[in-house]
Amino acid sequence: MQKDEVQQGLERFIAARTGGPVTVSNLVRLSGGASRETWSFDAETPAGRIEGILRADPVPGAPTIPGRELEYHLIKAAWDAGVTVPEPLWDGDDTFPVAFFVMRRVPGETLGARLIRGEQYAKAREVVPAQLARDLARIHGIREADHPELARLEHPPAGKTSAEAQLDYYENNYRTAELDPHPVFELAIRWLRQHLPPPGEEVLVHGDFRLGNFIFDETGVRGILDWELAHWGDPMEDLGWLAVKSWRFGGKQPIAGVGTREAFIEAYEAAGGRPVNRQHFLWYEMFGNLKWGVITMTQAATYLTGRNRSVELAAIGRRTAETEIVLLELLEGRWD
Amino acid sequence: MQDRPTFDELLEAVAGYLRDDVMPNTQGRLSFHARVSMNVVEMLRRELATMEEHLAREWDGLDRLLGVEPMPPRLAGVREALLRRNADLCERIRKGDADEGPWRLAVLSHLRTVTLDKLEVSNPGLAAEYRDRA
Repeated sequence: MQKDEVQQGLERFIAARTGGPVTVSNLVRLSGGASRETWSFDAETPAGRIEGILRADPVPGAPTIPGRELEYHLIKAAWDAGVTVPEPLWDGDDTFPVAFFVMRRVPGETLGARLIRGEQYAKAREVVPAQLARDLARIHGIREADHPELARLEHPPAGKTSAEAQLDYYENNYRTAELDPHPVFELAIRWLRQHLPPPGEEVLVHGDFRLGNFIFDETGVRGILDWELAHWGDPMEDLGWLAVKSWRFGGKQPIAGVGTREAFIEAYEAAGGRPVNRQHFLWYEMFGNLKWGVITMTQAATYLTGRNRSVELAAIGRRTAETEIVLLELLEGRWD
Repeated sequence: MQDRPTFDELLEAVAGYLRDDVMPNTQGRLSFHARVSMNVVEMLRRELATMEEHLAREWDGLDRLLGVEPMPPRLAGVREALLRRNADLCERIRKGDADEGPWRLAVLSHLRTVTLDKLEVSNPGLAAEYRDRA
């Protein structure tokens, strides 16, 4: 959308909700992401000043997923459950030709490497793991029975566990990417098939819960972001994904690069999280590394097939080896 | 044989241009992609410097796992044959041949060597971290 259109639309939209008139200033487009437009703005309203974020689809009728359509409702459910998220303000209407919603802006940083290395984040590094554990415990306490508006989020297909369905999905992506053969992935897929976790309870899974996807400042976690991949599934999926090597951004510890698995499990359970089966946690950590490896291949494939000629996507193809070395370590029983 | 500068000297020039001229004078997406491009050029320099050695090592490792085969004389032939042999290795793994026993250990050892060689090109820092551990 053009800036003028966003400015005028936001003023009308917020005026209707605060008893107007409203002046919007400092409007800036934040990300160039292909899946979402994110705009930052300040609004002077009869109800006071609002520092806000507008999240909108890139084009009308953009291909979407339930988690993206329901992002406002997800953040609302999380806010009501006491999860550290930006305050959701209003779900969108037909003000713009694209789907959108508005939330309050949370100041802070998201870049993973800065948490790991920044001198000003020494205190944050100590408290982030337990804060994440508490937030994750609260997310996993959200149940479909209490949130009919979230029923459209993906469920595991009938007759399959969440773990099996996900392994099938990423194995299929690997096999259809039609790039080079990867013996390490074959070993990992085989191990994962032989150690599939049995069916368990179904909870709200964030789906991309990791360093890089939350806002932090000197005091620690300020807002859990990126809810688009949320679905109903196995709570251990979020724990395993959080520990994936690439999401440590050079940090020496498994949890967000700064915390141990055991301390995290303890904090998660103490905060009311689901009972942690360590084998299942590790299964999802192995799976998470495989999943990221397959994603690096498929992202390179979008370059190779000419759908996107970005040098960034092309270069990601050479990151696959980073996941292969981790998978080899895990296959040899070295969980660092 | 081409005249000097060598490919490595030319790639060094391109990387230097991206690092010293483009990156400091651009912002945002443009500067970020200049950085990515510089990293790619540096990676190519490492790949070209080690390619012969790495391909030969992968070939020898597959000889030990799958049986000895003469290495094709030309580079294109080596690449094609390596793809085929790696596909064969994948097939053996899918059949369960590497589920346990000495062949599994040999497969793991070979794949570690090959993966560390790949990382030596794409991410030398990470390669060093894992080499120290082994």
